[in-house]
Amino acid sequence: MSYMKEFTKGLIKENPNLVMLLGMCPTLAVTVMAENGLGMGLATTFVLVCSNLVISLLKKVIPDTVRLPCFIVIIAGFVTLVSLLLDAFLPELAKELGVFLSLITVNCIILGRAEMFACKNKVLPSVLDGLGMGLGFTASLFIVGSIREILGTGMWMGITIAPDFLEPMTLFILPAGGFFTLGCVIAIVGKLTGKKPRKITCEGCPSRGSCEFAAKEETTDGAC
Amino acid sequence: MELAKNLMMILLTGILAENFILSKFYGICPFLGVSKTTSGAVGMGFAVTFVMVGASAVTYPIYYGVLVPLNITYLNTICFILVIATFVQIVEMVLKKFIPPLYKSLGVYLPLITTNCAVLGVTILNIDNEYGFLESITNALAGGIGFLLVMVIFSGVRGRIEKCNVPKALEGTPITLIAASITSLSFVGFGGLADGIFGA
Repeated sequence: MSYMKEFTKGLIKENPNLVMLLGMCPTLAVTVMAENGLGMGLATTFVLVCSNLVISLLKKVIPDTVRLPCFIVIIAGFVTLVSLLLDAFLPELAKELGVFLSLITVNCIILGRAEMFACKNKVLPSVLDGLGMGLGFTASLFIVGSIREILGTGMWMGITIAPDFLEPMTLFILPAGGFFTLGCVIAIVGKLTGKKPRKITCEGCPSRGSCEFAAKEETTDGAC
Repeated sequence: MELAKNLMMILLTGILAENFILSKFYGICPFLGVSKTTSGAVGMGFAVTFVMVGASAVTYPIYYGVLVPLNITYLNTICFILVIATFVQIVEMVLKKFIPPLYKSLGVYLPLITTNCAVLGVTILNIDNEYGFLESITNALAGGIGFLLVMVIFSGVRGRIEKCNVPKALEGTPITLIAASITSLSFVGFGGLADGIFGA
């Protein structure tokens, strides 16, 4: 049953986005619409599952000293795959996500999971971990995207749902609205789960191994 | 003349109206992580600026000299991230050997920058916008200065928040994000500034 735990921990308890506070850039950038959030989340999930799978298979082959460049190349390979696929089959979504599709490569969730989980665990747990974390990330993007789209445009998934007399609050689809919504969602999740969201710390930072801050952990408090 | 005007436009827009952090959302992690103290913000800001300009200068010839002739432009993500990782590593070694004082102030931030999306972001953006060499460098410089500016401003804001009595649920990251939202809103005011000045 412990396999089940690897899967479910990413959904809420260790949600990479809302509890671990990783991968903030895409969360803020693409969540203007719920649909984009969903697309970005699923693309990231795909890359995360594949990279976790490959890295856990290769963990004995990759020398420890050059593991980060190796991980990055594996991840970048899958990102290229996803962006070619999206270009071909969902060109509109690919255009909406733009640069952030390529930037999945440097999403700290993916490198972080490779470094913290996949390179130490067997294949099946790694895949489940990737799937859970990816779906947790997707859920969080979808929630933030829904809030911003409903409040900012009065629509949800492209369907108008707000009555005519309500003026949509354009603020919410501006960058400022992104920061605000994410702040509130993190606060609410922290309140509901009864746990404070973690501070942005070095735990989960992919560059931890090569970083001087991490060596003196107490002063870091999230230099990464 | 036309080029100079173009470069000034890119510079102004990049620093203010389309700030890398507040409107394009590149490099949010260091923005939230390192902006606690002004010294950290300045160090990180300069390191990012330096690497962004360097990475743009290196990736431009690689893209147009190698990837385009060989018709493998779809490999740009893989190629750029490797180039950036190598570049950061080399810069770190060179600084350590030849300019130790600079290494002391910037060196600690360098390893963190490889996975900073601002760096990969700016190189891909240069290609997507079909910028020339000078324009790419200017774009990177503008992004870097904008990054530095916002980091420093925000470290001041955070200094004040630390001393405030914040509602319990909002303590820590949530209130920081809400403060960032207000800072971002104030930068919206710069929208159209460059167009206004240069009458484009």
